[in-house]
Amino acid sequence: MKPARFDYVRADSLAEVHDVLAAECGEAAVIAGGQSLVPLLSMRMARPKVVLDIMRIPELAGISLDGDTIRVGAAVRQAELLAWSQLKARQPLLALTLPWVGHAQTRARGTVCGSVALADPSAEIPLTLLALRGEVELSTKAGRRRVAAEDFFQGLMSTARADDELIEAIRFPCGRPGEGHAFREFARRHGDFAIVACAAVADGKGVRLAVGGVADRPVARTFAGLGGSMLGQALDAFAHELEAREDLHATAAYRRELVRQLGRQVIEEARRCRA
Amino acid sequence: MPRLSADQRHCVRLTLNGRAVEGEAEPRMLLTDFLRHVIGATGTHVGCEHGVCGACTIEIDGALARACLTLAVQADGTSVRTVEGLAPEPGRLSVLQAAFRRHHALQCGFCTPGILMSLDHYLRSHPLPTETDVREFLGGHLCRCTGYVPIIAAALDAAERLRNGETDA
Amino acid sequence: MTAETGPWLGQSIERVEDVALLSGRGRYFDDLGVRPGTLQAAILRSPHAHAVIKSIDVTAARAAPGVVAVLTGGEVTALSVSLVVGVRAPIQCWPIAVDRVRYVGEPVAVVVAADRYLAEDALELIEVEYDALPAVIDPTAALDSKVLLHDGLKSNVASDRSFRYGDPEAAFASAAHRIAVDIHYPRNSCTPIETYGVVAEYEPGDDSYDVLANFMGPFSLHPVMARSLKVPVNRFRLRTPPDSGGSFGVKQGVFPYVVLIALAARIAGRPVKWVEDRLEHLAASVSATNRVTRLEAAVERDGRITALAYDQIDDVGAHIRAPEPATLYRMLGNLTGAYDIRHMSVRNRVVLTNKTPSGLNRGFGGPQVYYALERLMQRIAVELKHDPLDVIRRNLVPANAFPYRTASGGLLDSGDYPAAVEMAVNDGGLSELRARRDRAHLEGRLYGIGFTAVVEPSVSNMGYVTAVLTADERRKAGPKNGAQATATVAIDPGGGVSVHIASVPQGQGHRTVAAQIAADALGLKPQDIRVISDFDSARDAWSIASGNYSSRFAAAVGGAIHIAAMRIKDKLARGAAAQLNVPADQVEFTGGRARARGNPDNAVPFARLAAASHWAPGTLPEDAHALRETVFWTPPQLTPPTDTDEINASLCHGFIFDFCGVEVDRTTGAVRIDKYVTMHDCGRVLHPGMVAGQITGGFAHALGAAVYEEFAYSPEGAFLSGTFADYLVPTPTEVPAPVILHMETPSPFTPLGAKGVAEGNCMSTPACIANAVADALGIAEIDLPLSPKRLAPFLHKPEPKP
Ligand code: FES
Ligand code: FES
Repeated sequence: MKPARFDYVRADSLAEVHDVLAAECGEAAVIAGGQSLVPLLSMRMARPKVVLDIMRIPELAGISLDGDTIRVGAAVRQAELLAWSQLKARQPLLALTLPWVGHAQTRARGTVCGSVALADPSAEIPLTLLALRGEVELSTKAGRRRVAAEDFFQGLMSTARADDELIEAIRFPCGRPGEGHAFREFARRHGDFAIVACAAVADGKGVRLAVGGVADRPVARTFAGLGGSMLGQALDAFAHELEAREDLHATAAYRRELVRQLGRQVIEEARRCRA
Repeated sequence: MPRLSADQRHCVRLTLNGRAVEGEAEPRMLLTDFLRHVIGATGTHVGCEHGVCGACTIEIDGALARACLTLAVQADGTSVRTVEGLAPEPGRLSVLQAAFRRHHALQCGFCTPGILMSLDHYLRSHPLPTETDVREFLGGHLCRCTGYVPIIAAALDAAERLRNGETDA
Repeated sequence: MTAETGPWLGQSIERVEDVALLSGRGRYFDDLGVRPGTLQAAILRSPHAHAVIKSIDVTAARAAPGVVAVLTGGEVTALSVSLVVGVRAPIQCWPIAVDRVRYVGEPVAVVVAADRYLAEDALELIEVEYDALPAVIDPTAALDSKVLLHDGLKSNVASDRSFRYGDPEAAFASAAHRIAVDIHYPRNSCTPIETYGVVAEYEPGDDSYDVLANFMGPFSLHPVMARSLKVPVNRFRLRTPPDSGGSFGVKQGVFPYVVLIALAARIAGRPVKWVEDRLEHLAASVSATNRVTRLEAAVERDGRITALAYDQIDDVGAHIRAPEPATLYRMLGNLTGAYDIRHMSVRNRVVLTNKTPSGLNRGFGGPQVYYALERLMQRIAVELKHDPLDVIRRNLVPANAFPYRTASGGLLDSGDYPAAVEMAVNDGGLSELRARRDRAHLEGRLYGIGFTAVVEPSVSNMGYVTAVLTADERRKAGPKNGAQATATVAIDPGGGVSVHIASVPQGQGHRTVAAQIAADALGLKPQDIRVISDFDSARDAWSIASGNYSSRFAAAVGGAIHIAAMRIKDKLARGAAAQLNVPADQVEFTGGRARARGNPDNAVPFARLAAASHWAPGTLPEDAHALRETVFWTPPQLTPPTDTDEINASLCHGFIFDFCGVEVDRTTGAVRIDKYVTMHDCGRVLHPGMVAGQITGGFAHALGAAVYEEFAYSPEGAFLSGTFADYLVPTPTEVPAPVILHMETPSPFTPLGAKGVAEGNCMSTPACIANAVADALGIAEIDLPLSPKRLAPFLHKPEPKP
């Protein structure tokens, strides 16, 4: 279980990153915290020609407020965001979901953007980004663009990032007054990737429910003002639309049932929080 | 920085438990292998090489890290702490280590270096943890021998002694 | 706690092992230096569950940078012979695939290179052409499958034996009820955090091998390895490192790799080292057997069981690798558990499937048997509408019956099972737990209570596995029995004491307890005693029963240490007698001195007395030369199987009674252990802290087996539990603290009265938790692990159509 050979570049500047990414045409792997990449390297499931370390680039460090948005740079570790003094005040949903990301030991190294880049369908950070209608900031030598979370996650571990693009930051909208948030997940053990995770944001218009662990990517749906059996029917329809995965730990039917039950729980909880 | 080529060994310098060390590593070398087999610091153990068991947990620049999920070249220029750096002097134990011994919080001792590193780090910033806190924090470690019960007891005991002013020195 | 005075046994003194282990100065396999020039091996493994190897092309790998040698089945068969197979059948067992692969992960080629990275690079250059064959995964389907694993057999059944004890037919015919359970016990393993490691070297000058491996025994496998390597036992030197990162039986399974790496060293002409990685370990080290059991009981109206009928199909995987089929036979003398049942029939089948070969694993055979037996006890209670605890009580071996000979020949040494149960019920707070359950039910929660009573065997009879042979076959093969334990106590020229043991500790603290035993015998402090536990077959006293298994340390090895220390003491007493001017039997050893009984001032320091045999032997009578005593001790109770297949498979029998309360989450199916009480009678307790450690550790393993862990295979044979993200080992958030209770009835058969204690919860706990879950959900059939996936059908309403 040892990685195959690769070159290593520790970039000092964004320009250097962009140059390498452009030159390698998809054969470069960006390493930040390394929590997902290194095991893939060791199992030789990832075979990059060059590993590009972005952790010492000053522009990628730091959490900043940009109007109503929390901007999290690519070098920000999950623990750093979790410890950010304004987290709960600015975005209560993130404060609810981040403690569920891995373990303290992996959050200390793993980056927020790294989890988004990997796009594991069970991961909490992509789910939260989607629930909040966040955005991903991508850049190349030629320029930058922002992609909505909804469009960014495209399937199992697959995203809208082009080979030459770097995820420079992700942007979480701040919580607004009158919003309610709730999050629940079920995993076999504490700290495991979720079998089903549900995040909900309630506002005056309805409740947006995002579900992870079920389909090949996190999926969100807005439930306007429904309750009782109407909500039940809507959740049931949603559960069936998700094309639930089947694996060692859960059947598709099991996942759908958890969407129905946990989904309702978080929707109701988010509404209660709003009140 | 220049590109380190795949098939050559490159000098990696770091501070290990307060002392400067250096050795050579190909870019692909894992930090676990570098510490254990290049530097000779075998206290950091390898249980899974995929980031789950926690046996390889160390501190890099004051933050916890899985050494098996770190490339040696990534650690160049950092300050690393490992289990070898916990005891105040040879033959003496830190408050936490002594609590482990008192509570029989280790059997084979293979998971222990990682757990000690995690707890040492944690207790410095969380002087008053509850049992639930400690269990949740140690969720990132596997121990196959002890059933965790004595580890939790040792951690809580050490926390209390540290609060009461017992020191490692 | 650091105790100040003896007697040391019975005190939880701090372990002598710990300062080094806590400081990163352990000496585990991979921490030890190797000879300059030592090469590293990596192993190419089968991606197929079953396939013919059409061709292997290693040309490119041989030419790869750093590569010194590449081995495939051809090289291995040329230089060695098959490992012995424990049943009468024309089949072979090689440490590498020969012409055919039979499980995912089976070794196909070994690359030996300058370092592990280069070795793995070269693995990628090996081209293997496979012709995939259909795989057999389900043990029942394997019985009459057309797909055969071994051409030497007419079916996949490698052994089929039936046993009859008492008159089971009559008991069943006259029984008021027949109640049965059908069980599919899954595969799992205790997965020590340290994986396997071997470093081997070959000396062509005298055709000998020298191997260091983190092997744990039993050393009955030493001659097996030597034979496979085609050298006499004395030309196969096997050493173990001072520290081990856990085993729980699992490191028995390194032995085929010892052979493989030894051959690699021979071919490479240099020392070769191999460290197993975790993926290799999960896929291909070893596993407990999975077992299909139908167990039926003849039951009276009051719940008394008069007879049992077992039908067991034990799945040993793709090869019968030694010591299999031992998993099936370790419990033969104990199939009636803690109960007084006089009639029994047994059918034991050993079946081969396309899975990793099985072997030792904590509890060895016990979990499979007790899961069936204790589920049956609960079913009897439910079907006859009795309290499950009463059904247990009604059937327990009575207190005055010890030593008790079981129907199938086990000899239960000591105990008072009814008293232990009552003590646990009272001290463990059963009535309070019942009140909690009632409250939970009122709140609409799913809550259940489970019970189990278990006899925990320890110190295996080296002859039990021969019960797989017929009496006739046994006569031809010659009798096998006993369990030689060894220990050496030596005095050095400074009058210091050291103890050498061949128990190959795997983290259990043997060195500490050995020091306690010797210190008590000699009136010294444990710190005064130096205990050496790394093992060297070329220098140490050992026998086939040496090693670390069947919880034999406290009972057998501890006893041997005691006997050796007492022999030294008796000799020293004779030497002291002359100096103190008292008869030898009036000399007592205490506080580091030998002194005249009743006259403490008439004394001589221990070290001075002890050194005399080195410095002034001429002043001592010959029977007072106290230099070194090696003891071999084997208990006479461990006799070979009788002609009617009765077997006392183990020397000691502890008793465990458990009960627990669990809650099942209605939405997710998650099982939460609310309270777990475990009562143990393991005879005399030598070190309470270590006993508690064995119980909590065993409990955690058992909880893993009950709820989380499974080596899962797809019906086509793909291995689905290949990483620690798929094979779910419980973490601190999953394992609650059990309430541990004790009762001590010393074993009359062991020198110190101790019995084994390490494996019991692996036998009792899975069934106890399952009984509680069955109670909570009101269901009859329930298999492990108790995963949400498995419980969901009992919780979730049928799904509405989209
Ligand atoms: S060896 Fe690094 S987490 Fe297991
Ligand atoms: S003490 Fe052995 S794994 Fe923890």
